[in-house]
Amino acid sequence: MASTQTPASADAASQNSAIAGLDSLELGDLTKSREPARIARKVWSATWPKLLAIGLVLGAWQLFYLSNFHGDTDSGLVNGPGAGLANLWDQAQHVQLWQAIGNTVRTAVIGYLLAMLIGSILGAVVSRIPPLRAATGSIISGLQTMPSIAWFPFAIILFGTTQSAILFVMVLGAAPSIANGLITGVDYTPPLLLRAGRTMGLRGISLYRHLILPASLPAYLAGLKQGWAFAWRSLMAGQLLVIIVGNLSLGVLLNNAQDNQDLTGAISIMIVILVIGIVVDAIFSKTDLVVRRRRGLLTEAQST
Amino acid sequence: MNVLQRYRPEPGSAAELNGRRPRPAAGEAAVRLTDITKVYGRGPAAVHAIDRLSLTVDEGEFVCIVGASGCGKSTLLSIVAGLDTPTAGQVETAGRRVAIMFQEPALFPWLTARRNVELALRALRVPREERKRRALELLDSVHLADFADKRPHELSGGMRQRAALARALAQDADVLLMDEPFGALDAMTRDLLHDELERICSERSLSVLFVTHNVREAARLGDRVVLLSSRPGRVIEQYDVPRTGPRRIDSASVATLASQITDRLREEMRRHG
Repeated sequence: MASTQTPASADAASQNSAIAGLDSLELGDLTKSREPARIARKVWSATWPKLLAIGLVLGAWQLFYLSNFHGDTDSGLVNGPGAGLANLWDQAQHVQLWQAIGNTVRTAVIGYLLAMLIGSILGAVVSRIPPLRAATGSIISGLQTMPSIAWFPFAIILFGTTQSAILFVMVLGAAPSIANGLITGVDYTPPLLLRAGRTMGLRGISLYRHLILPASLPAYLAGLKQGWAFAWRSLMAGQLLVIIVGNLSLGVLLNNAQDNQDLTGAISIMIVILVIGIVVDAIFSKTDLVVRRRRGLLTEAQST
Repeated sequence: MNVLQRYRPEPGSAAELNGRRPRPAAGEAAVRLTDITKVYGRGPAAVHAIDRLSLTVDEGEFVCIVGASGCGKSTLLSIVAGLDTPTAGQVETAGRRVAIMFQEPALFPWLTARRNVELALRALRVPREERKRRALELLDSVHLADFADKRPHELSGGMRQRAALARALAQDADVLLMDEPFGALDAMTRDLLHDELERICSERSLSVLFVTHNVREAARLGDRVVLLSSRPGRVIEQYDVPRTGPRRIDSASVATLASQITDRLREEMRRHG
């Protein structure tokens, strides 16, 4: 009741409602519609580019088959996509392929985790200690430009034809990218946030934990993604070069196909390798998207 | 009222022993700056940003600093906040806690409004169970309780600045330093925030050092307006603003004072022209 209010509380009330009104005007309508048609449209817009890509690849394959390149189609060396996919299906019935996938993925995970651990520690230490940074910064960048396959002779001499040789090259390929990602993230921590953090009393470890590390997350993620690409390539090269007796892997299957002049079989293994790469890449992209959405770094078009 | 109670650690507790200095006695100056000089660079290329500047802010006083560009306003606040050290001179805050607010909200973009406030409480070693409740109270005092779980990018400019104010209040400061905090906001939002700031500062009897280039804003908010010269920054004039009742940005008294200050400021600029 206006008549029972004191002038001061009436003022406060009108001030509060003015603020609430301004807030709702500025934010606009934030509710997102969840109707089925909208969801269906979203699913379709996410799916059709992938379907198109698969169609294009299969079309190119069919054209290559029809072109009878070098007369290979006639000689039975090249099969069309139909027969090729049948070969893949056939291989998928055998435990051999699954064993190879299992071994390869396990090596990939171990090598990548190792690279992540070493790269992260290296990045954290180097970014904290300026003299160390001046000394090792260019080494880390230099290591990145070195094609990892060039390390294999070194690794094989050092470790022999063992799993360790492959892991060694994977770590050398991936760790610099991961370290560099973290260093970049630390460098790009906005100075204003650092000032804000310092006035809040964040110091030393807590400044790192609550400000610098979260602020560097996007760059660190980019480093992790690049590191994965290097690790995966190093692993594939390693499995082709370092044949470990009794260890079935995708590289071994690929080698066998080469030895048997089995082009269709080789293509099947390549498809498997491609699919694993795409799946992991999708996981990284999704994580990156979530992080950027949380921080408001997406445009309207990217976020829908 | 619960919202108005400020966090005080238990006497002898870890929080007190770790962070607190003795409480200042009332009635003395909250901030006393004596002959502050700040020089950037050396030799003939040295730039005098601030030259022998002396200024006091009394307990509970709202002091506005105005000046043209290059008067070292922001440098001065950084020095008081301890983010920068003066080349010469003394800063005395007698153990008072100082919080600073910038023109940009400087909220951490990966945290919600509530978590941003909680982080300031955490830095003060407020126990975990306490933090959430206290953060919500603080957000409520700036009318953001309904938006506590929004991230900074989901808030409007004015709301972000209010969240930043809540975070500054969470630092349990006696002295609030504000570096053109409303400079990037539209006039309507700024007006509302002036009223809010005035209410909060008097409720908590904060001492405020408020830097602005907006003369009207200074005349609207300050108990005292301090005019600085440019390059080097030095106090050239102080205006006491009598507390005669509620002020608005368009009050006649504010307009009169503002034009008086503006004239003096122009005179100062001509000296450089």
